[in-house]
Amino acid sequence: MIPKEKQILMLERMTRIRQFEKALIESQKSGEIVGALHTYIGEEAVATGACVALNDDDYIAGNHRSHGHPIAKGGDINKAMAEIFGKKDGYCKGKGGSMHLADFSIGILGESGIVASSVPVATGAALASKLKGKNFISLVFFGDGASNQGACHESMNLAALWKLPVIFVCENNQFAVTTSYRDSVSVDHISDRASAYGMPGVLVDGQDALAMYEATSEAVKRARKGEGPTLIEGLTYRYEDHSLGLASVRRDSSYRTDEEIEEWIKRDPIEILKDNMISQKLITQKDFDDLEKKEIISVEKALNFARNSPFPEPEDLFDDLFTDPIKFA
Amino acid sequence: MYVEALNEAIFEEMDRDESVYYMGEDVRASIYGASRGLFEKYGEKRVLDTPLSENGFIGAAVGSSLVGMRPIVETLTSFMWVAMDQIISQAAKMKYMFGGQASLPVTIRAVMSYGGSSAAHHSDRSYPMFMNMPGLKIIAPASPEDVKGLMKTSVRDNDPCIIFEDSNLAGIKGDVPENNDLNEGELLIPFGKGKIIREGSDCTVVGIAGANTHALNAATELEKEGISVEIIDPRTLVPLDKEIILNSVEKTGRLVVVDPAHKVCSAASEIISVVTEEGFWNLQAPPVKIAAEQVHIPFTPALEPLIFPDAEKIINAVKQTIE
Repeated sequence: MIPKEKQILMLERMTRIRQFEKALIESQKSGEIVGALHTYIGEEAVATGACVALNDDDYIAGNHRSHGHPIAKGGDINKAMAEIFGKKDGYCKGKGGSMHLADFSIGILGESGIVASSVPVATGAALASKLKGKNFISLVFFGDGASNQGACHESMNLAALWKLPVIFVCENNQFAVTTSYRDSVSVDHISDRASAYGMPGVLVDGQDALAMYEATSEAVKRARKGEGPTLIEGLTYRYEDHSLGLASVRRDSSYRTDEEIEEWIKRDPIEILKDNMISQKLITQKDFDDLEKKEIISVEKALNFARNSPFPEPEDLFDDLFTDPIKFA
Repeated sequence: MYVEALNEAIFEEMDRDESVYYMGEDVRASIYGASRGLFEKYGEKRVLDTPLSENGFIGAAVGSSLVGMRPIVETLTSFMWVAMDQIISQAAKMKYMFGGQASLPVTIRAVMSYGGSSAAHHSDRSYPMFMNMPGLKIIAPASPEDVKGLMKTSVRDNDPCIIFEDSNLAGIKGDVPENNDLNEGELLIPFGKGKIIREGSDCTVVGIAGANTHALNAATELEKEGISVEIIDPRTLVPLDKEIILNSVEKTGRLVVVDPAHKVCSAASEIISVVTEEGFWNLQAPPVKIAAEQVHIPFTPALEPLIFPDAEKIINAVKQTIE
């Protein structure tokens, strides 16, 4: 059985992601935040199950749907929220925003707005582990859309060839903006592609955090033993549209039906984990209600932290372009 | 010799720091010479032959640099196009985008082969495009001493550096100081410091990479006609040593910039822009740009030489500024 404290950790982090995203949707509607907002609601089990199976000194990298990954890895939601608000106390001092959360201090090597672009980067972190003779591993999240990018295929070949300790986690939320993976992927399952690179490919119910945890734990074992990479496909679903804040991709019934969305909401990942834990007698409904309340409060605090943080100053504009600054007149 | 100096620099840096490793295509066999002997000395853990996957392995180099490695990646300019996503979206942008959290000590050796019937797909001199992208340091050494000193500095620098190596210089000879003769005990050339490679008084010629060979030939010819040319090699394009160029133009009043890259938005364009904005009142004649014609590189030896700067074009340009 997966230890109780791990299961509780998953439930906490998934609930935190959910509440964080819900708060952001409100902030986006009220005009408090600007820019595109890609929410992770519905997909929480994928990142959380995967990240909880890692050690603190393992690395992750991700994509434009950037909030769930760092929260799942135990990131600071105050800094994450402040970043999305464009504030100076944000993870990236306001320069990255919603799509580019990063916390190098806890192994979050950053989220990429170019899909699949962080896959070679994570592969490189795994290469460093091997070259240094260390035992840390690297895990990268990418979507079904990204799975068609060359960067993914090149990285998988490289990682399998060199037996690198990297875990490729495809979050198949079924749509690249509005294009179904059934219309863009040549095989039935993205995980089927693993065999082409000579690595295991595992299809997992991405709504089931415990299944994600178990699949990732297997991949972690394999990676740490020097046996190389694993491709995990978590089949999941995003409840919201691709991005809030971009009018052109707001809910459009031509690519999916309300009925389909409702069907998936019935398999909500937080409900599934909670019910499972209650039936295992690990928690009660009241425990969950308390946990949820606690997370709602922590998100409110994060909102206040973000609101109260100052914006960067004009003199901050050129900071952090280079380590050793170059003066341009 | 240029390529030997480069090889020396790589050996010295790999000796000094275990986090330095070398990767690229066919680097163990060292078909271009710069990595000769590395595999024999450092073995398979530090000298990696890669699949033909520039986007994949340049990205992997970038990723490894984030967690403490200092990769040197060998490639050709023409193969960098397929790795642009990793060079631009990741290497150039990560540090700034993540609020300074990333450190990216990655050095890319970008070999430019042109002028030898390599045709359009293997003749790229692409540094101006990278100059246009913030976050990258752009190095263009033209002598054995400079390539050694700048390579060593690049490996130690904590930002992404691209060294554009002109293959027409690969065999050139030149003095490289012995480490024992240097106060610091080794050759390290700072970025952003140009060099006067020939002193003169009538016209400033700024040469980029292999253009300096032609500039020196032109200067020798012009001297016979009593025209004294000062040649400046900026050595690094980002950062650019504006001061050395502006000071020279203040002295000569005339400027010719010679650049093997395509002329539109070239390094020469930028240098002329700097001088016209910041040194306009010192100019006694309009500056002249001698750069590659704005057309693809044809294979045929009947046409290719028409494209690139040569001594004759430089001689005419210098005379044009004086007449």
